[in-house]
Amino acid sequence: MTEQKERELYFWLRLIREFEDRISTLDKQGKIQGGVYSGKGQEAVVVGVCHELRPDDWIFPLHRDLGAFLVKGADPNRLMAQIFGRRDGFSKGKDSFLHGGDFSNCIFGATSMLGSTLPVAAGTAYKFKIRREDRVAIAFFGEGASSRGDVHEAMNFAGIYKLPVVFLCENNFYAYSTPNELQFAVEDVSDRAVGYGFKGDVCSGNDLHSVMKAARKAIERARAGEGPTFLECKTYRYHGHSEHDRATYRSQEELITWESRDPVERWEVYLQKRKYDIAAIREEVGGKVKKIVDDAVAFAEASPVPEGPEAMEDLYATPITEG
Amino acid sequence: MAVMTLIQAINAALAGEMERNPAVVLLGEDIGKHGGVFRATEGLWERFGPERVMDTPLAEAGILGMAIGMALNGLRPVAEIQFADFIYPAFDQIVSELAKFRYRSAGQFPAPVVIRAPSGGGIKGGLYHSQSPEAYFVHTAGLTVVMPSTPADGKGLLVSAMRSPDPVIFLEPKALYRTAKGEVPEGEYDVPLGKAHTVREGTDVSVITYGAMVPVAEGAAAEAEKEGVSVEITDLRTLWPLDVEAVDRSVQKTGRAVVLHEAPRTCGFGAELATLVQERSFLHLKAPVSRVTGFDTPFPYAMEKIYLPDVRRTLDAVRGVLTF
Repeated sequence: MTEQKERELYFWLRLIREFEDRISTLDKQGKIQGGVYSGKGQEAVVVGVCHELRPDDWIFPLHRDLGAFLVKGADPNRLMAQIFGRRDGFSKGKDSFLHGGDFSNCIFGATSMLGSTLPVAAGTAYKFKIRREDRVAIAFFGEGASSRGDVHEAMNFAGIYKLPVVFLCENNFYAYSTPNELQFAVEDVSDRAVGYGFKGDVCSGNDLHSVMKAARKAIERARAGEGPTFLECKTYRYHGHSEHDRATYRSQEELITWESRDPVERWEVYLQKRKYDIAAIREEVGGKVKKIVDDAVAFAEASPVPEGPEAMEDLYATPITEG
Repeated sequence: MAVMTLIQAINAALAGEMERNPAVVLLGEDIGKHGGVFRATEGLWERFGPERVMDTPLAEAGILGMAIGMALNGLRPVAEIQFADFIYPAFDQIVSELAKFRYRSAGQFPAPVVIRAPSGGGIKGGLYHSQSPEAYFVHTAGLTVVMPSTPADGKGLLVSAMRSPDPVIFLEPKALYRTAKGEVPEGEYDVPLGKAHTVREGTDVSVITYGAMVPVAEGAAAEAEKEGVSVEITDLRTLWPLDVEAVDRSVQKTGRAVVLHEAPRTCGFGAELATLVQERSFLHLKAPVSRVTGFDTPFPYAMEKIYLPDVRRTLDAVRGVLTF
């Protein structure tokens, strides 16, 4: 890996962390009206996967993958405006948080029905396949969503048609409060891949190297026409399901255990071992990401609040008028 | 013009549009090599190949999710749900994904998906092969809901659906698949969405209906004529967006309205029609709006003939609004 790439990856990890932390603060200050679903602690997953993609590959992030938007190219200003529910957000105030998607950067905006995007990702991959396009689709989902029927249906379709799709499971051990032992009776949910006729793989989602290696393999397999991969990244969210969830269903010791495997700090250790001036890098990147997030907040706060009649827009291609 | 059945007209619409537009892709259970359980896609797999006529596993949510994903990037998928009754496993994909696709992305995501589904009773199909689910979809903002009653409309409306930028639920009255025969214009032919059709002009009573109930209304109108009563029949063809002006025109002319559909009564589409009539034409009305519908029960297998509105029940309603 080149030094430039190593530094770039660090920038993305830090930008996401800064963005996530700021949103949590803004939420506490009452500046965000809807739910905030922090992905703090899971940054290495989205960086490791999205950094391996091309601009015309599609990603289907889940509700906690704010970082995937950023790495895939979404404008931080518009992303913040989206989170504020303002007119310059991707959905112009029509829906909250990450639901708007960003078509121009090939980022899908998911619904709240977690897992329902997987067949959509498979359909997109089908189009890539029959049009012989050298593109892949990445469907993110949580281990909780893996229990849903449409996740199964999507994987079954993808297996039959050998679609260029990666099913990327962020296994963070809790679906809201539900622990894995009440979600499935296996250790690795990616074991299911064999039942769909494709490969399953497990990696450490808190270790950027591990994610990148596994993601690259899965993406190359998809591009080569060898079909889907079920890639499971074991990781952990530091916050509750959403900011109002105090997550009393898990122990402090467990949280600390995972904080000691922090993906951002791990990368700093790596950079340090590479004999870079980590103190200088930390300061330089810290200043850069703070400015980006400051600017994004200023942009979002200045963006207009949508007016009532705008609720009638974008429902049909041609607006329906009352007769 | 060729004389066709409704199912032949559906097949002709699919074939013609696939020929003209390489973006059109079909998917569904048993639609490929087999040609569909009602033969709607007969010959298309051979003609257009398995990539464009995709046989899917038995998985309705997967089928519709796949269709949405195809539409996201430039294809025009036409998904077949084998029976409208089987659409419920895919309800989340329709209501949460598809209907809100454009809206939640503020116009970024296009969703030109057509969902074809044989709908309604009359083939002795029992509870799970006879239902009329149109009201669920009309109730869901973001969808267009269509139901043809003639072969010509079957072809023309389906072609328009395949050209619509918005998702279309295209419900085909399966009782008419082979019983409805009529002249169908050859070649490229479309019928605009959102426009009702006056099947029969009349002056005394307006019957507002759609789908398999159109021929029932025609039977009742013929009987009424023998009694000296002139019935006007409006076939809505598209339930949403509704051609409410056509309803206004007819009801304001006759002053009496009967709404007729085979779906259950409570919160059925007829309830919406009756409300619109009283809101918009109250001072023209000479009698309350009358509803002729299926019962508020599951679709009863051996009692199908009793459940489905027929000429006698429709005629009773026509007489009822006349003698109010």
